[in-house]
Amino acid sequence: MTVDPESITSVPMIFPITSHLTAADRRDHFLAHLGLRREEHRVGPGLYALGNPTTESPVFVSANYFLSFDSLRTALSGIDGYILVLDTKGINVWCAAGKGTFGTDEIVNRVMATRLKEVVKHRKLILPQLGAPGVAAHEVKKKSGFWVEYGPVRAADLPEYLKTCTATPEMRKVNFSLRDRLVLVPVEVGQSLLPMLAAAVILYFVGGWISSLAAVIAILTGNVLFPILLPWIPTHNFSTKGFLLGILTAIPFALSPFIRHPDWSWYHQLGQALEFLLAMPAVTAFVALNFTGSTTFTSRSGVKREMFAYIPAMAWTFGTGILLAIVFIFVH
Amino acid sequence: MLNAYLENTLVYDPALCNGCGMCVDVCPHAAFEMEGRLAVLVRPQTCMECGACQLNCVTDAIRVESGVGCATAMITAALRGQKEAECSCS
Repeated sequence: MTVDPESITSVPMIFPITSHLTAADRRDHFLAHLGLRREEHRVGPGLYALGNPTTESPVFVSANYFLSFDSLRTALSGIDGYILVLDTKGINVWCAAGKGTFGTDEIVNRVMATRLKEVVKHRKLILPQLGAPGVAAHEVKKKSGFWVEYGPVRAADLPEYLKTCTATPEMRKVNFSLRDRLVLVPVEVGQSLLPMLAAAVILYFVGGWISSLAAVIAILTGNVLFPILLPWIPTHNFSTKGFLLGILTAIPFALSPFIRHPDWSWYHQLGQALEFLLAMPAVTAFVALNFTGSTTFTSRSGVKREMFAYIPAMAWTFGTGILLAIVFIFVH
Repeated sequence: MLNAYLENTLVYDPALCNGCGMCVDVCPHAAFEMEGRLAVLVRPQTCMECGACQLNCVTDAIRVESGVGCATAMITAALRGQKEAECSCS
């Protein structure tokens, strides 16, 4: 365990903060939900005072990702307390806990660096429940003298939690509601925007606007329709759900050669239909499989099983579809 | 394979449980419930292998191979020849 002696001040440094979100805060939140400029807004690690806390006031632990910190301080509106911000490299609580940056050692270090023992008389830290994958409560107690109490998953439940210091089973559960999934859509689209546009431009020159549109639709089916419809698509695996949805959105494209080119030979029409039916669902399924990391419930062993089972199928169908397209460029 | 998520690496030995209830508190999918002074693994299939219960179990009654359930991270790790997949999101 290393605490930089320079970082320990002679008196505890406590920064005042309010529960109020400014217009600039709200703008940053909006941009962050679009997946923009998320790295720029880090909260300085350290101890913050909310309202007028005393030596008896509760201490809440948070990450230095601004959305984590802001959801905590706004939820605590009207409550006097301290917020101990850990250095999680600008990453939210749950993800940082998975990486271990929201972790036992960082808590122990931060407690010492902020001289928390001189600020409060009690020895209790309230952690967000989702910090638990990085924190061993008994180790924190042993190394820092502070008890760890896991609060609710969502900061919004804190006022209710503080009345009894017990969380209801509902407060302890992570959800993945339609709203939660909708919030993710702009970020998912943003992350695949460049490859999608590149594919669209290349396919426009190689195969015309229908091929270009097919690429865009196959990808958007995977990162817009798929997240929205996730619980209602039959089958359990993300890949098969993606294949199913991909086949549905590929059907109009598969019908297009029969409608647009009645003069073509039957094998040419069928060939082009197969190109879409093979390549598009494979792309959608791959994008869908990649959504596993954004969900709140997929296990590593499960995702691994899916990858080994379905990535070869995606590669084969996609490859065959593209090969057919190339063959027909020359046959035609 | 109809459902890749039916099995996971979570193993629980109730004989070692001291009844502290930490696993019930930290699990985001309510896999554990207290029955008297003993934690019971009631919903093993909901486990997402986050590792919170194992880390907070004083008696080592819980074992799970924790890690990120993220295809993107695992594909990236495989392409880079890394052994451990690490989440790269923020």
